[in-house]
Amino acid sequence: MQTANQDGSMKIKLILAWGFVGIPLIWGVLETLSNAMKLFQ
Amino acid sequence: MGMLSFLDREHTVAEPGFSRWLVPPAALCIHLCIGQAYAFSVFNLPMTRLIGITKSAPDDWKLTDLGWIFSIAIVVLGLSAAILGRWVEEGGPRRAMFTAGLCFGGGFLISAAGIYAHNLWIIYLGYGLVGGCGLGLGYISPVSTLIKWFPDRPGMATGMAIMGFGGAAFIASPLSVWLMAKFSTPTHVGVAETFIVLGIVYFCFMMVGAAIVRVPAPGWKPEGYTAPAVAQKLITRNDVYVYDAIKTPQFWLIWWVLCLNVTAGIGVLGQASAMSQEMFPGKVTAVAAAGFVGLLSLFNMAGRFIWASTSDVIGRKNTYFCFFAIGTVLYCLVPSTGSIGSVALFVLCFVVIMSMYGGGFATVPAYLKDMFGTRYVGAIHGWLITAWSAAGVFGPVLVNYIRQYQIDHGVPKAQAYNTTMYVMAGLLVIGFICNFMIKAVHDRFHMKGNENEGAASGMDAVAKPARA
Repeated sequence: MQTANQDGSMKIKLILAWGFVGIPLIWGVLETLSNAMKLFQ
Repeated sequence: MGMLSFLDREHTVAEPGFSRWLVPPAALCIHLCIGQAYAFSVFNLPMTRLIGITKSAPDDWKLTDLGWIFSIAIVVLGLSAAILGRWVEEGGPRRAMFTAGLCFGGGFLISAAGIYAHNLWIIYLGYGLVGGCGLGLGYISPVSTLIKWFPDRPGMATGMAIMGFGGAAFIASPLSVWLMAKFSTPTHVGVAETFIVLGIVYFCFMMVGAAIVRVPAPGWKPEGYTAPAVAQKLITRNDVYVYDAIKTPQFWLIWWVLCLNVTAGIGVLGQASAMSQEMFPGKVTAVAAAGFVGLLSLFNMAGRFIWASTSDVIGRKNTYFCFFAIGTVLYCLVPSTGSIGSVALFVLCFVVIMSMYGGGFATVPAYLKDMFGTRYVGAIHGWLITAWSAAGVFGPVLVNYIRQYQIDHGVPKAQAYNTTMYVMAGLLVIGFICNFMIKAVHDRFHMKGNENEGAASGMDAVAKPARA
């Protein structure tokens, strides 16, 4: 039971940690990609 | 210093049940912040009109003087990584990340004071010196920890962190522009306030990384992983002490491998916008050229992860062989793309070149680990960063000088880059030879006895090296 709880809390930590770094990075990449598209217009 | 004991290595040892996949985001928290350095140029023009506001006043700073801020930061990055590498390695990743956050965030706050006082020396001290220390410490702080957590995929692990450094400008650039717009008034440019906000935000972001990071418990290894029973030729099972490593020919060969790979890429990256417009006059506009630069940055970032991960499969030496062989062919092809007027082929050549430029940065920590072991890999990596500093000066100077020489001798602008491309190809051939010459480190450099066993098991006890 305790292991299951630990697994669950670790999953939440992983989602939070990856979201914390992933969301700003994806936002920045999309911004840059939309600017880069001007090369092909 | 009891208050700061939570920074000690022994307080960062992972408890059972800890997932190693929490360590890459911790490393990314650091690299996504310090990579802001690539976007520092967005402040240059606004800082040339702090007094004049709409245009530069006589007392405003000159662009040439402002260029020194970035240069000082990059030089200090290399020096601090080299000098403090051993401290980072022995003190543990949390202490290094915390200090990096203090320096990098503090550097912005000192620079804000420099703006208020309109004293450029304070900004050289703040962003250049203090912030540069944060850059150096932050860059190497997660490297050896990631390698220890991912002995099965060290290239992929360090590639992920170093990808963050390449991608940080994507966040920093629009964020800085947005903040300056928010804080600007008809009588004020808003740079100082932007520095304050960035300093606080980056400090907090880096503290999250420092809080998350853990080192593996002694003897830990990934589930199902067994270290190869027979040592591979170019993957050592021993460790080399940092100051012994820099005495080996292998270190200096890798130094040149990195320096030449970076020189070839960095010179072109800085000139990409002008080059695309001059090689294809009328076809590539200024807006399209900006898009081209953005595309190069994206491939620079993606290459860091893709090539470093690939190196886990094909080996580090083969990965650098790819960089140098493919790079040489592509640089020789670039002049032809200009002569046949193919923008698509030109773009294709450079996005691949940029992916290998980024890949060179990201693959090198794992290359060092293969050659010198995991124990002092962060500190050795710190010394290797000086190759980047050297290339940062050498690359742009080389490209600018050759271009100007060609134009002064009557070569049309559209063809002024041809010689540069062949020179870059020549540099990559030299890099290929350096890489070819890399052999396993001689046994006499390996650490002996208990120290080595401790390092191999991840204990990382601070010990003096025993020489053979």
